[in-house]
Amino acid sequence: MNLPADVFAGIGRPVLGVCFTAGRLALFALDGLSHLLRPPFHFRRFGAALVEMAYFSLPVVALTAIFTGMVLALQSYTGFARFSAQGAVASVVVLSMTRELGPVLAGLMVAGRVGAATAAEIGTMRVTDQIDALSTLSTDPMKYLVAPRLLAGIVALPMLVVVADILGVFGGFIVSTASLGFNPTIYLHSTFTYLETMDVASGLIKAAVFGFLIALMGCYNGYTSRGGAQGVGHAATAAVVSASILILAFDYVLTQLFFAR
Amino acid sequence: MTTPLPKIRVRGLAKSFGEKRVLDGVDLDVPAGTSMVVIGGSGSGKSVLIKCILGLIEPDAGRIEIDGVDVLSLRPRKRRAVTARIGMLFQNGALFDSLPVWENVAFGLMAQKMVRRIEARARADEILGQLGLAASVGELFPAELSGGMQKRVALARAIAATPDILFFDEPTTGLDPIMGAVIDGLILDCVKRLGSTAVAITHDMASARRIGDAAAMLHGGRIVWSGPAASLLESGNPLVDQFTHGRREGPIRMELRA
Repeated sequence: MNLPADVFAGIGRPVLGVCFTAGRLALFALDGLSHLLRPPFHFRRFGAALVEMAYFSLPVVALTAIFTGMVLALQSYTGFARFSAQGAVASVVVLSMTRELGPVLAGLMVAGRVGAATAAEIGTMRVTDQIDALSTLSTDPMKYLVAPRLLAGIVALPMLVVVADILGVFGGFIVSTASLGFNPTIYLHSTFTYLETMDVASGLIKAAVFGFLIALMGCYNGYTSRGGAQGVGHAATAAVVSASILILAFDYVLTQLFFAR
Repeated sequence: MTTPLPKIRVRGLAKSFGEKRVLDGVDLDVPAGTSMVVIGGSGSGKSVLIKCILGLIEPDAGRIEIDGVDVLSLRPRKRRAVTARIGMLFQNGALFDSLPVWENVAFGLMAQKMVRRIEARARADEILGQLGLAASVGELFPAELSGGMQKRVALARAIAATPDILFFDEPTTGLDPIMGAVIDGLILDCVKRLGSTAVAITHDMASARRIGDAAAMLHGGRIVWSGPAASLLESGNPLVDQFTHGRREGPIRMELRA
C-alpha cells in the first residue's frame, strides 16, 4: 500500500469531480444564455415559466415576507430596548428586508418550490425520451426548455422581491404600531428617512442573480438526470440543495461587492 | 450498371459505453423505399444504432451516409437539416405530457415548417383522422390516452412533417396482439402513402414480418445476418433461427449480469 499516493488520490478525485461538474455547469449556463440572443424565441414557453415562477410563488413568498417583517420588528424592539435604541426598529426592518431578507428568503422559497419542480419535469422528459423527441422534431432542447426558464428566473425573482419588501415592511409596521406602541406616522417617516435607492436596487440585483441560479440548477440537474424515477428524485433534491447553497454563497459575494468599503 | 445509392448506408459504426462495446463495426444498407426491420436481443444495441443515425448519440467510429452524404462530417446546422427529414416513433411514445395531443402532433409542423398554429391544428386533426382518432382526442393530454392511442398519436407526430425516412423503435411493445397488428397496419399505410424509407427495430417476429421488406439481425455489436423479412423464420442462420424461434439452447448465450 502506498499511503501518500492514496491520500493524494483521495483528495484529488473529489477535487477533480467538483472541477468537472463546475465546468459542465458553466458550459451549460453559457449554452442556455446564448439561446436568449439567437432566434427563434419561444415566447409562449417564457410566459408559462414566468407565470409558474412568479405568480404561483406569490402566496408562499408573501406569507414568508410578512411573518419575517413581524418577527424582525419584535426581535429588534426587544433587543434594542437593552440600550434604549427602539427608535431604530423601523430602519432595521426596512434595511434588513430590502438588502437581505427579501431576496434571500424569496430565493430559498422559490428554490424549494420551482427548482424541484423544474428538475423533476425536465428529468422526467429526459428519462422518457421526450428530450430526444424534441431533437428529432428540429427543436433544440436548450432553446425550448432551458433558455425560457433562465430568463423567467431573472425576471420573476425581482418581481417577487418587490412584493416581499413591501409586505415585510408592512408586517413590521403592523406589529410596531399595534403592539409595540409606535406612532404610525413616525414609524413610516423613520422607514423612509434612511432608505436609499441602493438598498432596494442591491436587493433586486441579488434577486435576479438568485432567480438565474434557481432556474439554472433546476434545468441542469433535470437535464443531466439518469436512471428512471430514482434519478429524477435525486435530480429534484440536488436542484433544491445546490440552488440554496449557491444563493447563500452568492449573497455573501454580492453583499461584499455592493457594500464593502 | 451502377448500383442504386442506398438511402441509408452505415459502415464500421462503433459505440462503447465505458467498458461495454455496444456497436462493434455495424455495416448496414437500407435501399430507398424499403422497410428494413432490425432484430436483436435486449441490449444488443438496436436503439443505439438508430440514435446514432438520428444524431442523438455520437458514435466512436464509423460512417453514416444519408442519400450519399456523410452526416457525421456535417456542421450541426446542416446535420439538423438532414435529420429534420427523419420521423421517429419512440418505444414509449415519448409524447410531450405538458402539451395536448394536437400540439404533440403538430409540434414538428410548427417547429420545422413554421406552420401557423391554426393551420397546424387543422392538419393535426386530419392526420389523427387518418389514424382512426377523432378530432376531439386532440384536446386530451397524453396521460388521458390508452397505450394503443398513445402509439397512434406518436405515429401521427412522426409522420406529420411528411419525412423521407421513418424510424420505429419497438412499435408494438406493450400492446395486445390485435392492437399490435392495428399499429403495424397503420405503419404500413403511412410508409406507403409517404413513399418513405423505414427502419424498424423490434423483437416481435409477427410485427417484423408484417412491416418489413428486408430484415437484419444485430448481435455482438455487428449485423450477423440480413435478408428478406419473409425468410426470417427459415434463414438458415443459427443465431437468427434461435432468436426467431425463441429457443433457450443455441449459439446465443443470454448475459445474466450487466
